[in-house]
Amino acid sequence: MDWEYFFELLLGGLTRGSIYALIALGYTMVYGIIELINFAHGEIYMIGAFTALIFASILTLMGMNQLAVLVLASIAAVIYAAAYGFTVEKIAYKPLRHAPRLSPLISAIGMSIFLQNYVLLAQTSDFLPFPSLIPEFEFMEPVAHIISSAELLIIITTAVVMICLTILIKFTRLGKAMRATAQDRTMARLVGINVNRVISSTFVIGSALAAIGGILIASHIGMINFYIGFIAGIKAFTAAVLGGIGSIPGAVLGALVLGWTESFATGYVSSDYEDVFAFALLVLILIFRPAGILGRSTSQKV
Amino acid sequence: MKIYFGKLLKSMAVAMILFFAVTGTGLAADEGPIKLGIAGAHSGDLASYGIPSVRAAELAVEHRNAMNGVLGRKIELLVEDDVCKPEVATNTATKLVSQDVHVVVGHICSGATKAALGIYKDKKVITMSPSATNPALTQSGDYPNFYRTIASDDAQARLEVDFATDVLKLKKIAVLHDKGDYGKGLAEFAKQFIEQDKKAEVVLYEGVTPGAVDYSAVVQKIKRSDADCVIFGGYHPEASKIVMQMRKKKMDTVFISDDGVKDDTFIKVAGQYAEGVYATGPRDTSKNPIAIAAIAAHKEKFNGEDPGAFFLNAYAATLALLNAIEKAGSTDYDAVTKALQTEYVATPLGIIRFDDRGDAIGIGFSMYQVKNGVYTEIE
Repeated sequence: MDWEYFFELLLGGLTRGSIYALIALGYTMVYGIIELINFAHGEIYMIGAFTALIFASILTLMGMNQLAVLVLASIAAVIYAAAYGFTVEKIAYKPLRHAPRLSPLISAIGMSIFLQNYVLLAQTSDFLPFPSLIPEFEFMEPVAHIISSAELLIIITTAVVMICLTILIKFTRLGKAMRATAQDRTMARLVGINVNRVISSTFVIGSALAAIGGILIASHIGMINFYIGFIAGIKAFTAAVLGGIGSIPGAVLGALVLGWTESFATGYVSSDYEDVFAFALLVLILIFRPAGILGRSTSQKV
Repeated sequence: MKIYFGKLLKSMAVAMILFFAVTGTGLAADEGPIKLGIAGAHSGDLASYGIPSVRAAELAVEHRNAMNGVLGRKIELLVEDDVCKPEVATNTATKLVSQDVHVVVGHICSGATKAALGIYKDKKVITMSPSATNPALTQSGDYPNFYRTIASDDAQARLEVDFATDVLKLKKIAVLHDKGDYGKGLAEFAKQFIEQDKKAEVVLYEGVTPGAVDYSAVVQKIKRSDADCVIFGGYHPEASKIVMQMRKKKMDTVFISDDGVKDDTFIKVAGQYAEGVYATGPRDTSKNPIAIAAIAAHKEKFNGEDPGAFFLNAYAATLALLNAIEKAGSTDYDAVTKALQTEYVATPLGIIRFDDRGDAIGIGFSMYQVKNGVYTEIE
């Protein structure tokens, strides 16, 4: 067995899985709280990447150094994407909170198409070059051709974000309120939790994570267009379902499993079968564990 | 006897009428105008591919008629729409044939062309497409009446393989594609040519998923296969992602692609990583005086509009057909066929004639390489 090749694929899959995880968290958190699949989430990721591109271009023109550009553009993208997430919830989902469950789902698909076309018209349908914001440096030789600085940064960032998110949910007031709302919305309201604020916070946090994913992947592959959110969103949604939608560790695990499946299927079989293996795995898991890897099967609320 | 005599008279009369009828039509055909059919998509969503060919034929024929036509006969255009649909194309062809068309420029789409060709073949009408690139149309040998002024899809793959094995002397080639009709078609031809030639070996043959988040696994696979060259069939977004990831991994593997990648967006997106990438594209005609004159005439007649797709190919087809009729001295099928295959003609695409399968000799693709941020034609 060629271990070097194996590690390359393992790390490639980890990088890809990390990106999926950052986006999948948004799906899973929103689902956990209001049982809505926010199909516009992939577009928030795309808007994060576009905001970073615009800010990075302006800041570079102003002559800032690469690290400052990365930090400032990321902050701008996170704020912008969070604002979009917040607004999308207020416009498209809040008015439909008591409507039949299909209505907010359709509204989410509508929002997704709207945002894609909005960016298409406001920007361009062409692919745009994305500056490489992540500083490139060389590792020592045996490591150097297995992993690059960009890939390492993606993996580390995702890990740090996961840890922060876990702390937020486990130990803060907002985290407690979120868990309470997820368990029982009416009861949470009765004990004095501002449910609307909790839902908004969930959208804001999820969107911010998606924006971070957007910057990292755009900087890694070097190009964006208005359509990147669709495929990334579908993959992240798949990851969330695979891990058990509604469960935060599940989303991360599902994303990594998906990333590795794709990476190893490409490496050892053929990239022709990348999606075949990924989705065959999804079907298999859903047959044997209908709620996903870490999901709990909940009885329908009466 | 009387009865017999009457019958004889009758049959003589019939014979005489028939005789005049035959010679009558014969005379009419020789003295009337030369009927040039223009078939293709002139309405519908693919009209932008067909209308330039109508305009090209109009301009070329106007110019020719002003110089007293061909063989002293005026040229008449019969324009028929096929909307790029095979089922409509058969009606279009039938209608043109029933109007006694002599030669046809068209059709535009490969599918419609194929549907119509049988009808022209039965009536011995020479057909020349400016845009149908499907290789089988000429290579199958089913349509001896078919010619085209555009290189077929496999011509790019042929050029890419020859360039890699003969010019760059590369031995190990990875063939990739984007699983699409165009990209996969090219990649299949490339693989087939490499295997036939036996000058190099195919070390990897795979399709990548368009729009995937990253291609690092495929890139690692290319590296592991030890390929010294990648031939990619597809479009520029995937090509630039693959090239960028390869270069970031410090792989200097030669990258050769097609006219889906010979696009300025590729250079804009891939930036410094695009340097040195090879791509095939239609031969540069911007310095050809006939092309310059044809485009100028188009701008003058159609309010300064740019000619659009396949305009020069259609102009070349019209010139080639009229020239062949003139050289043949008639519109006779065999004589015109011989003239097309032996007589060179100056067109906007260069000086061309046709091979015995119907593909134009002298039209085709050139290899370009990105040098200092621009595609430069390699001689």
